[in-house]
Amino acid sequence: MSPITRGFRGRRNMLAGAENRVPPGQYMTDGFPVLSAGPTPHTPLDQWTFSIRQDGGELKSWSWEEIQALPAENVTVDIHCVTRWSKLDTEWRGVSMDTLLGAVEHDDGYILAFCDGGYTTNLPVADVTGGQAWVAYEYDGGPLDPEHGGPARLLVPHLYFWKSAKWVRGVELLDHDEPGFWETYGYHMYGDPWKEQRYSGD
Amino acid sequence: MEGTAVQRRLIWQVATVAAVTRETPSVRTIELSVPDWPGHRAGQHLDVRLTAEDGYTAERSYSIASAPGEPVSITVERLKDGEVSPYLTEELRVGDQLELRGPVGGYFVWEATDPGPLLLIAGGSGIVPLRAILRQRRRSGSDVPVRLLYSSRTLPDVIYRDELDSYRDDISASYTLTRTQPPDWTGYAGRVNSALLAEVAWPAHKEPLTFVCGPTSFVETVAEGLVHLGYQPGRVKTERFGASGGR
Repeated sequence: MSPITRGFRGRRNMLAGAENRVPPGQYMTDGFPVLSAGPTPHTPLDQWTFSIRQDGGELKSWSWEEIQALPAENVTVDIHCVTRWSKLDTEWRGVSMDTLLGAVEHDDGYILAFCDGGYTTNLPVADVTGGQAWVAYEYDGGPLDPEHGGPARLLVPHLYFWKSAKWVRGVELLDHDEPGFWETYGYHMYGDPWKEQRYSGD
Repeated sequence: MEGTAVQRRLIWQVATVAAVTRETPSVRTIELSVPDWPGHRAGQHLDVRLTAEDGYTAERSYSIASAPGEPVSITVERLKDGEVSPYLTEELRVGDQLELRGPVGGYFVWEATDPGPLLLIAGGSGIVPLRAILRQRRRSGSDVPVRLLYSSRTLPDVIYRDELDSYRDDISASYTLTRTQPPDWTGYAGRVNSALLAEVAWPAHKEPLTFVCGPTSFVETVAEGLVHLGYQPGRVKTERFGASGGR
């Protein structure tokens, strides 16, 4: 039972109808805060690729132009950052991970996404297939800004947003779950915002 | 990137306000008495949870302002339209209780054994985790050379002014005031840009370890400027607070 914090009332700025869309411990924001651990990388598009790797080898790789030529989807989703902001109805365009992973044969259960700048994050394959994840290259009708992960980032909106890796360059297929960058520093291996899986042990 | 696995479960615990200190008109430091604090490292943060009488709760993260071994304290800036920060900076008083858990984060962390000269760059309340680093450096007896660049709007907005002055003979501190400067001001004026970075930052060949904390646009400018100066991106650690409105 939490003790009452004397004199605290709070603002309850929830929009009517949004009560069931903001997970516990989160607040709504209209801004788009940025969180990253280091400088923003700037990889020229003619050097950019998205690769699927396994056992140290490359199974498949797309250039920027090849990715753009794949069927794209427009998605409107709510996103939830572990630092407690949630943003509703964000609009993205990108390629479904179903399309990308469907291009290779594998029976692995996990991926480790890797990125420019050295960032990584781990996800079950079951959470990035079935229409749940994209490699997104447009936000709000325009190219994705570098500070928000451009030219392309992973978009996995049903998990905390650190799983939606910025500056993504590919995924490594793994037969086991391996912690990525923030997961190594004590953040949750899975990160379900509705269960408040912020930190290891939550 | 070196990893320190923190697999201990973080449990909410009740903290009691032990002291409050006014730092600037909009900033206050809150010292907390936390019976079972597991200890922290310089640069980490913690989560705070406030509960209203009707059970409504609000949670926020704050950088820890104190060094490892010192009582846990946070320094909070009142944000316009904020939900939690106006309460913490205006209403909360000694003896009040709130919940917290932590410490959180293991990347934006400095250890006295880390190699290289230190470059600390803060915008506004981004000075808070850097103050923990400076305190830890002093407590640990480290003699690693430090350069500090601190950007504030005006002189009265400079947080920890007296404390930072006390390092005068020990570290090289540069200040810039972006909005107004007093008539006798001898520091820099205007926003941090590449020219200022080139002037005050360590030369890249000294392989400095850099911590940058501030608003998003500030951190973007600084981190990018340092990379252009030849800094290794992997040794430029950043922490940003965005235009999130709700803090």
